[in-house]
Amino acid sequence: MTDAPIVPSFDDEATTGRKLAIICSKGNLDMAYPALILGNAALGEGVETHLFFTFWGFDMITKSRMHDLKFTPVGNTATHMPQGLTPLPGMTAMATRQLKKSIADLDVPEVPEFLEQIVAAGGHLWACRLTADMNRLTEADLYEEVEGIITASDFIELTEGAQLLFI
Amino acid sequence: MPVTTIDGREVHVDAEGFLTDPSEWDEGLGKTLAAAIGIDMTEEHWKVIRFLREDFQTQGETATTRRVQTVGGFPTKQQFELFPKKPAKKMAYIAGLPKPRGCV
Repeated sequence: MTDAPIVPSFDDEATTGRKLAIICSKGNLDMAYPALILGNAALGEGVETHLFFTFWGFDMITKSRMHDLKFTPVGNTATHMPQGLTPLPGMTAMATRQLKKSIADLDVPEVPEFLEQIVAAGGHLWACRLTADMNRLTEADLYEEVEGIITASDFIELTEGAQLLFI
Repeated sequence: MPVTTIDGREVHVDAEGFLTDPSEWDEGLGKTLAAAIGIDMTEEHWKVIRFLREDFQTQGETATTRRVQTVGGFPTKQQFELFPKKPAKKMAYIAGLPKPRGCV
């Protein structure tokens, strides 16, 4: 029994100023999710969050590819499949279908919808200038909510003081 | 399990202050809990809180912001406007429910 009511401290002031920067460098379906889940969680805790898409990570925000990321067991010993079987035709498609199903069963959205949710929660999406130039892509090729194509230096500058995750 | 006095009645809470017995809650208490964390309840707030209460009854766990959007029909953006910064925890606290367990 206490006199003053116990009220949770949501530390709204403490989180002001905390920033998270996530660099997404992979285009495999299974490697897209860590960034999306952690970014979404950070936003839900009131942390300013920036995602920077570079190299293969560009597939996550390229309109023609973002709906069609794949998961492959090839070279991935953690699937515990005999490695000789993994390159067989149809294996990647099957593994992708299964992963998508497992994710959907947990009511976790697909990549495009997840990005939408992150933006709605106040997250910022940035595309890498060098990758765009290498692949001859412009803003018109990218998901509409990407705020801009920026250089590595721009990203470092705008995430000053942030905690950083490279995925 | 600590007991704390809110609104002149004793309620059971966890170490952080979240109610541990959803049956000790009513809307009057919800209003006081909201005020304690700086939220002035409007009808829009209540619609979300009522959804959380109903959903908890059937699911046995607290809806995540994702579920509040997909099942409850309250867009993520609106949740952040109504319950700034940490919508999932604030909604759960006001609704007298445990913090959501889901990651997304």
